[in-house]
Amino acid sequence: MTIFVGGFVFQFDGFQKKAAETMKHAHGTTTLAFIFKEGVIVAADSRASMGGYISSQSVKKIIEINPYMLGTMAGGAADCQFWHRNLGIKCRLHELANKRRISVTGASKLLANILYSYRGMGLSIGTMIAGWDETGPGLYYVDSEGGRLKGKRFSVGSGSPYAYGVLDDGYRFDMSVEEAAELARRAIYHATFRDGASGGVASVYYVGPDGWKKLSGDDVGELHYKYYPAVVEQEMAEVTIA
Amino acid sequence: MGSRWSPYDNNGGTCVAIAGSDYCVIAADTRMSTGYSILTRDYSKICKLADKAVMASSGFQADVRALQKNLAAKHLTYQHQHNKQMSCPAMAHLLSNTLYYKRFFPYYSFNVLGGLDNEGKGCVYTYDAVGSYERVGYSTQGSGSSLIMPVLDNQLKSPSPLLLPAKDAVTPLSESDAVDLVKDVFASATERDIYTGDAVEIVVINAGGIRRESIDLRKD
Repeated sequence: MTIFVGGFVFQFDGFQKKAAETMKHAHGTTTLAFIFKEGVIVAADSRASMGGYISSQSVKKIIEINPYMLGTMAGGAADCQFWHRNLGIKCRLHELANKRRISVTGASKLLANILYSYRGMGLSIGTMIAGWDETGPGLYYVDSEGGRLKGKRFSVGSGSPYAYGVLDDGYRFDMSVEEAAELARRAIYHATFRDGASGGVASVYYVGPDGWKKLSGDDVGELHYKYYPAVVEQEMAEVTIA
Repeated sequence: MGSRWSPYDNNGGTCVAIAGSDYCVIAADTRMSTGYSILTRDYSKICKLADKAVMASSGFQADVRALQKNLAAKHLTYQHQHNKQMSCPAMAHLLSNTLYYKRFFPYYSFNVLGGLDNEGKGCVYTYDAVGSYERVGYSTQGSGSSLIMPVLDNQLKSPSPLLLPAKDAVTPLSESDAVDLVKDVFASATERDIYTGDAVEIVVINAGGIRRESIDLRKD
């Protein structure tokens, strides 16, 4: 039995196979985040699917770690939910012990080290840790294979190729918050349009010097009419019989 | 290659829960099967975990029973330490952590948890086998869930809580209408799902306490 999880292949046998089958995967996702002049924008869709069945259209894929840091969720829903909450606890303990908030670099490394210690055991997480710390805006990509990358622009999940297409085309460092939010929303919308495993609501968050703020949450079914306004291509006309 | 022994079985069954503004309805059928055999026609899948938290579970009933006993033991400890019943949101989180604790050898159980929150509003929490959870207005789990969910969506779907600006999202249904809907969806699921049938056990939680009733379904 071979199970594909986000492009990686695991070989299972016996009850491990059965155990893996019971897991609902929120993979089939579009998430993105990018740094620009004013801070960080984080956006995601809200669909969870098991094979062809949509198990939820209202998943919170952007997890609020603390008022200055957000995490995104792609991969196993339970794995992401559990380890992000665990990270939130560790960040709070750091704050209590050191009388200052943890840096985005530090927080992402806490998570990456935990995930590396479970490497090869079947965890499935692809996440971005975004936030604002003493050094300004921060953005890291962390996954369950042990990877941890610092960057200006990421997209994760099955819809990421579509989101990257829109994002790379429209990205400029000196955007306003409104322009950046619109770009993120458009990237998520176009990913939900082409990727069957992404959909629901496109949520957009902004993280600035004063912490994160949710800017918008739009049903992508309604966004469709914004990006593709209905136009009458041809009026009905009498057929002239020769 | 010979088939390997497996510790899991699927006993089927369907669970439904609906939250209202001041009540919660939790229901499950009472059939327990393995393959094409019906093991029993009166097995309760609903478990009262606290005064305001009730869980319905389908999947592998041996794992479900182990899970119920585990939660009962933890709730007893909680009562000794805090001298009160656990709230439904707290129980929801405990259930999530309990399921994730067995991440690498999961409980083969699909649960819905229903009850009243700290403000007396109805709440429903829905889970996967390894503890991912979400608070929702209504949910269904188990073998008949893919038949029932579209009907519940059609009758009850409310604006997503993720929308901004937010829209009010309360199930616009009276308690008796919710109970009637539950009876209907179980009668329909029984027509097309071989693992659902015999009877449906309905539990209603409101400010007055917990009420149970049972309605017969087709037995074929």
